[in-house]
Amino acid sequence: MKPEDQESTNVATLDPGPDKIIGPGHDYGTVTDEISGVVLRPFLKTPPQMFIGFAIAFILVNLLMVAVTWLFVRGVGVWGITMPVAWGFAIVNFVWWIGIGHAGTLISAILLLLKQDWRTSINRFAEAMTLFAVACAGMFPVLHLGRPWLAYWLLPYPNTMWLWPQPRSPLIWDVFAVSTYATVSIIFWFTGLIPDLATMRDKAGNATTRKIFGVLALGWRGSAKHWARYQKAYLLLAGLSTPLVISVHSVVSFDFAVAILPGWHTTIFPPYFVAGAIYSGFAMVLTLAIPVRRWYHLEDLITMRHIECMSKVMLGTGLIVAYGYAMEAFMAWYSGGQFERYAFVNRMWEGGYWWTYWILILCNIAIPQLLWSRRVRMSIPAVFVIALIVNVGMWLERFVIVVTSLTRDFVPSSWGTYYPTIWDWSTYLGTIGVFLCLMFLFIRGLPAISIFEMREVVHHNAESEHAHRD
Amino acid sequence: MAQLFPRSSNSLAKIIIAAVVLTGGGVLWAAYTLNAGSFTTGVDVAVDQSIPFSHKHHVADDGIDCRYCHTSVETSSFAGLPPTETCMSCHSQIWANAPMLEPVRESFRSGKSLEWVRVHDLPDFVYFNHSIHVNKGIGCSTCHGRVYTMPLTYKTNTLYMRWCVECHRNPEKHVRPRDQVFNPTYETPAPNQSEIGPRLVAQYKIQSLTDCVTCHR
Amino acid sequence: MTKDSPQYWRSLEELAQTEEFRAFVEDEFPNRTPDWNDPTSRRRFLTLMGASIALAGASACTVQPKEMIVPYVRQPEEFIPGRPLFYATSVSTAGIATGLLVESHEGRPTKIEGNPLHPSSLGATDATMQASVLTLYDPDRSQTVTRNGNISGWGSFITALTEARDAAGLKQGAGFRLLTGTVTSPTLAAQIQDFLAGFPAAKWHRYEPCGRHSVRAGAVAAFGQPFNTIYRFDRAAVIVSLDADFLGPSMPGNLRYVRDYSDRRRAAAENATSPPPRLYVAEGTPSITGGMAEHKFRMRTSEVEAFAASLAQELQSPSSESSPDVRALAQDLSAHRGAAIVVAGDHQPSNVHVIAHAINQMLGNTGKTVVYTDPVEAGPIDEVASLTELVNDMRSGEVETLLMLGGNPVYDAPADLNFLQELKKVKTRAHLGLYSNETAAWCHWHIPEAHYLEAWSDARAYDGSASIVQPLIAPLYGGKTPHELMNALTNQADRSSHDTVRDFWRTQHPAQDFDEFWQISLHDGLIAGTTFIEKIPPAVRPAALSVARVTGLEIVFRPDPSVGDGSLSNNAWLQEMPKPQNKMTWDNAVWISPTSAQKYGVTTGDVIEIAFEGRKVDGPVWILPGHADESLTVHFGYGRTRAGKVANAIGFSAYALRTTAAIWHGSGAAFTRKSSGYPFATTQHTQTMEERDPFRAATFDEYHQNPEFANPEDKHVSPETTLFPMWGYEAHKWGMSIDLTACIGCQACTIACQSENNIPVVGKAEVAKGRHMNWLRVDRYYEGSLDDPQVSYQPVPCMHCENALCELVCPVAATVHSAEGLNEMVYNRCVGTRYCSNNCPYKVRRFNFFLYADWDTQSLFGARNPDVSVRSRGVMEKCSYCVQRINTAKIESEKQDRPLADGEIVTACQQVCPAQAIVFGDLNDPNSRVSKLKRQQRNYGLLEELNSRPRTTYLARLRNPNPELEKG
Repeated sequence: MKPEDQESTNVATLDPGPDKIIGPGHDYGTVTDEISGVVLRPFLKTPPQMFIGFAIAFILVNLLMVAVTWLFVRGVGVWGITMPVAWGFAIVNFVWWIGIGHAGTLISAILLLLKQDWRTSINRFAEAMTLFAVACAGMFPVLHLGRPWLAYWLLPYPNTMWLWPQPRSPLIWDVFAVSTYATVSIIFWFTGLIPDLATMRDKAGNATTRKIFGVLALGWRGSAKHWARYQKAYLLLAGLSTPLVISVHSVVSFDFAVAILPGWHTTIFPPYFVAGAIYSGFAMVLTLAIPVRRWYHLEDLITMRHIECMSKVMLGTGLIVAYGYAMEAFMAWYSGGQFERYAFVNRMWEGGYWWTYWILILCNIAIPQLLWSRRVRMSIPAVFVIALIVNVGMWLERFVIVVTSLTRDFVPSSWGTYYPTIWDWSTYLGTIGVFLCLMFLFIRGLPAISIFEMREVVHHNAESEHAHRD
Repeated sequence: MAQLFPRSSNSLAKIIIAAVVLTGGGVLWAAYTLNAGSFTTGVDVAVDQSIPFSHKHHVADDGIDCRYCHTSVETSSFAGLPPTETCMSCHSQIWANAPMLEPVRESFRSGKSLEWVRVHDLPDFVYFNHSIHVNKGIGCSTCHGRVYTMPLTYKTNTLYMRWCVECHRNPEKHVRPRDQVFNPTYETPAPNQSEIGPRLVAQYKIQSLTDCVTCHR
Repeated sequence: MTKDSPQYWRSLEELAQTEEFRAFVEDEFPNRTPDWNDPTSRRRFLTLMGASIALAGASACTVQPKEMIVPYVRQPEEFIPGRPLFYATSVSTAGIATGLLVESHEGRPTKIEGNPLHPSSLGATDATMQASVLTLYDPDRSQTVTRNGNISGWGSFITALTEARDAAGLKQGAGFRLLTGTVTSPTLAAQIQDFLAGFPAAKWHRYEPCGRHSVRAGAVAAFGQPFNTIYRFDRAAVIVSLDADFLGPSMPGNLRYVRDYSDRRRAAAENATSPPPRLYVAEGTPSITGGMAEHKFRMRTSEVEAFAASLAQELQSPSSESSPDVRALAQDLSAHRGAAIVVAGDHQPSNVHVIAHAINQMLGNTGKTVVYTDPVEAGPIDEVASLTELVNDMRSGEVETLLMLGGNPVYDAPADLNFLQELKKVKTRAHLGLYSNETAAWCHWHIPEAHYLEAWSDARAYDGSASIVQPLIAPLYGGKTPHELMNALTNQADRSSHDTVRDFWRTQHPAQDFDEFWQISLHDGLIAGTTFIEKIPPAVRPAALSVARVTGLEIVFRPDPSVGDGSLSNNAWLQEMPKPQNKMTWDNAVWISPTSAQKYGVTTGDVIEIAFEGRKVDGPVWILPGHADESLTVHFGYGRTRAGKVANAIGFSAYALRTTAAIWHGSGAAFTRKSSGYPFATTQHTQTMEERDPFRAATFDEYHQNPEFANPEDKHVSPETTLFPMWGYEAHKWGMSIDLTACIGCQACTIACQSENNIPVVGKAEVAKGRHMNWLRVDRYYEGSLDDPQVSYQPVPCMHCENALCELVCPVAATVHSAEGLNEMVYNRCVGTRYCSNNCPYKVRRFNFFLYADWDTQSLFGARNPDVSVRSRGVMEKCSYCVQRINTAKIESEKQDRPLADGEIVTACQQVCPAQAIVFGDLNDPNSRVSKLKRQQRNYGLLEELNSRPRTTYLARLRNPNPELEKG
């Protein structure tokens, strides 16, 4: 290497600013080194934050274990659910996690098809997040059953009772929607990994590591033929998973839209659930990307450009969600339906949970408007905080929909209230622990940024620079 | 740099893929057969009783009618098991001191009931009523099989819901003339089942009851 | 809110504007009880743990555990295994009998029904009777004879008893005392008389804590002899209740009264020609009767006497001074001479009764609507005086032996007698009782008593009809009957109660055909020709009116709406039955009116210390609309210390404040606020309709002018609303009609349902969380002013919607529709997503959040209905229209190859209902009772606008207010 290259790689760790999706002076080698370095560095060279973070997450996982054991020993009564509020945290969390799981596929699939090259450095990361979020979401439908040991009755299989699931129930649609989504996401994610696994195999120092990556790489040699087929396959998968982004959360929203309960029975739910999902998904990506970027000094790969783009997506989807809220309220008033109207009066000021509604508006609509300002978008702390707030807001949105609507339905005599118990909270925090654990392991164990796609980026930049010179 | 894996790993990979598929299928198949087998269903497994009571002897050899012992089969949900008295009505004369029958005599003396193991045991959430089936022309042997051939009693049907529903959906396949209900040797479907079946269904006003609450409540 | 739409308001705190109320409103979430505060749940916890683990084990294996069949050795003749038998018997409440038919499965009584042949039942029962079957199997019942708390035997007791008796015998029985409750049993009375004949100096004392003391005294004061009064509400056009809760469970004959009264209302609703009755109630403590009143005069309990006097005055000489209420009342009464009834409350002083008798005579009601007979009880005396005498003798040491046949005076004797303190002076104390209760604890001897379902006996009904008590099961714990004790006292220890009762009646019916006569009596449950004949009483002696103005805060004592005088406190069904007035469970409270609550600065949940006559008791406050101002109501039956696991240490004991001077109420009470935030467990928090109208009411006149009032246009949804053809229900089409005009809100249906359908009890903490399990709830709505609202009751079972919303969303088809239109709930298929409940607009579904069914207490299994699954943890359940009864009836008719007759299928709630408000039947049969009812124009469905097409519909409530008073 020539000395000036040498120093250019030194400056490369500085943030190139919002117009670039990769720092200057990167060549194939530096990109590869920087990304694989995260994984291949010796164990003790792992940033201390990772250890601390993992420790906390792991404690939460154990909390979940305790909570679930207790739940199975005694029954769902350990939660705050009651009559009339028969669904509580479990369903709220389920919808929240599924929502978070949306960013991944959206970034990888749709942005890929839209040729948004800025996605490359975050897609791998987002996909992993998707998988883990869906895993967390997947727990709740089983946990919240009165008789979880019979959960398999929701699957259609030949049985001695000559009975099938009841196909009109949205819960059955959920089973299929979510499991399909999970499967496709896994395949998509792993396919994306293959070339990088090969790279890791080749770069890895000791034999065991190489063997492990070797097996996972499924004998990838990077031949032209491999690449040609690979590109096809990857594109096909992208196409396949695109409709899923829409379908999954639409189906989840049917759980509510199909029911007659005022506050659930709303036709606008599918689009605004999807928007909300993407909204929360991006918020979560930011929440995770910002610290990791900092800890591993990836500022030149996850640049301000990325942060800003994601902020913009958040702003956009946030506005769709706002429209959703407005429409809900408007239709409730415009329909003239007595029960619908009351549901919103109750949701906004009469009921005991009015404050959750206004906090939700604050988190999901008011505060994110700051993102209009470029200065806010350019400020890492600001974006991070806003992302966190949106996460909270989206959780509250589900709480308001699920719980507040149930507390006040049709016949006043049966109205009730809902208080989450310590076990509700433990289960919720526990799944966050699971999520973070998996996330930390992923970052440490697999290339969190797509190496080969970053190489492509480098390649493109090089070409455009040539164009300049001539 | 040296090859990480030997050439053989190519074929190894293929073998592993095949193996995974095969074992998966194998496990499913095994589970299914095990579930259908008499180990789980208890079909054709003679049940040990405190007294080795032989329906073969009492029905086939002695020609005793079902109702002589199962008295309430026509009137009650429960077919009824004979009180010790009924046994003693004969066995005070014949086999009056056969050691095998000592428990019966003991029960009669002490007034302590005999205990029999249930052979046809439905789950507690299933409410089966003998009397209505018998009255609508469903014979004993339709469900209980050729009891007159059984030295020790065993079930000949799984009593799975699928099995019940099959008949509840197509009663004409199993109905028989009322006068044949207690005929232990009568076989359904009868040779002319397709002819008598629908006729009897109409005549006996048999509804094919497939509502859940017919049996579960 | 407009004139024509009644104002139904929210939980009353919202209307009130004072700080206290605000504070309560701001506590948005009432009933917040962490379950570790609650002993019941702490106790339940371990059982639940154990059971759920056991369950987890059981659910793992698919092959069922080995099950044994145990046939009889010698099978009883009439008995067919698998089929229930019904026996006639009768139950005594405070001594007065009601006829029952009890269902028995394989020799164990499982369900109580009323005896249609019995005059005081006509097939109906009340909640307490329904629950009595649970008491039979109560594991807390005393199980052995004890001496000084140690296990002993019947034999040694007899010896001890005879010794004591003979010791007394030397002085003609002096020092030997017998204490019983009110006795109406002719046999027992005869036995006691025999004994007293042999021991003239021995004494027989009677005390019934919630007996009819003042009724008796009133009759004596009015006629010189204790005549028994019977009312004929079927003949009454105008009824004036002077604090008389004749529809409530505390008044003998109430079941019959409810029936007569509601029959008349129903008739009026069904054809315009028959005039509806009009009910005026003057009362201080809201009662069931008060809830039915067209006009309620809210006044302090102690002011009723003055009110009655002024009414009598107005009737004799109408004057313009008297209040418009009284004048209108008097006019209405005199307009219906001979067709009116003035009822004085059991809990009102004797003067009020004298006045009532006088008015009835004056109006010529006597012999028409008011009938007099000989007293029902044997040897009627002033029981309070009788108990006082006993205590005085105990104090002076005259009493050497005290034999108590039932009762619990240590707990329920008036506090000023210091019963316990004096009891300790008695040399030999013996107690016969169902439970080893507070009294038994202080007796040398305690003998377990046989439950009425285990015993032979007899008793008289409110009209004197002698009813047979025959056992359905041998005493579970070797219990003895009072008859056996009396036999022991008269040297016939080995004579069974059966022989005793039978021989007594042989003496009454010495004819040849006695055996036949006896068989018939046993079959019918009552002895023919024993109903008392009507007596013509002498003219009423004018009462010495003591209309001294009552001063200070008044305190009123009443039997608890659910557990009565406390003898049945340990019955979990009753404890968990929401009290009709305030839907509260597992507690008693101090009732106070909203106005007084504001004045004294207390609110619901505050714990106050009540001081009365120098005694103090702490109790939580409940603000009850419609309660009289300046008055506190406290209920008996709580604050037990030795009731059993269920009832120990819940609530407070009102007996601790009761004195012989103030048996039912007294003035001069005071209270101080001690703490707040007492956790009540109620089943209904909101009483508003929020401009919704689940409950629809009108006056008879309005109904006749606008028959469609119950079905406004915007509520109507035509079947053509859907594109899909409706399912044609060929065979049957089950439906139910609930007549809100007849329903009195007594909640008997709730308990009948619980008994019939094996509905578990969940405990206070779970109820507070909103997890009560009753399939049939009775909603209560207030209407009108905060202080004096109109109360409306609405029973709500599953609606069995034709377009059932729950069915749509169940992922495993655990709730589906039957070909006969039943909304089936299949417990064994349910996985417990609870989605169905979310989507049920009526919220009639109940969920087993824990393993609520008791799988551990063997003895309680006996009370279970073998025809209904016992639900396990994690499954949904709800009203099934008693499908087990439907199936049984269908199978019988099929076997006999005949069509089902209308009325052959009777649901548990329908069977129990004294008002006959619930009717079930086949809607395909145009002539079935239910079809006819549903053809009435006042028939409407709850939330019909949702097009759920409910099969359970309501007949709107009709009222008959007095136009005079309406104007005012």
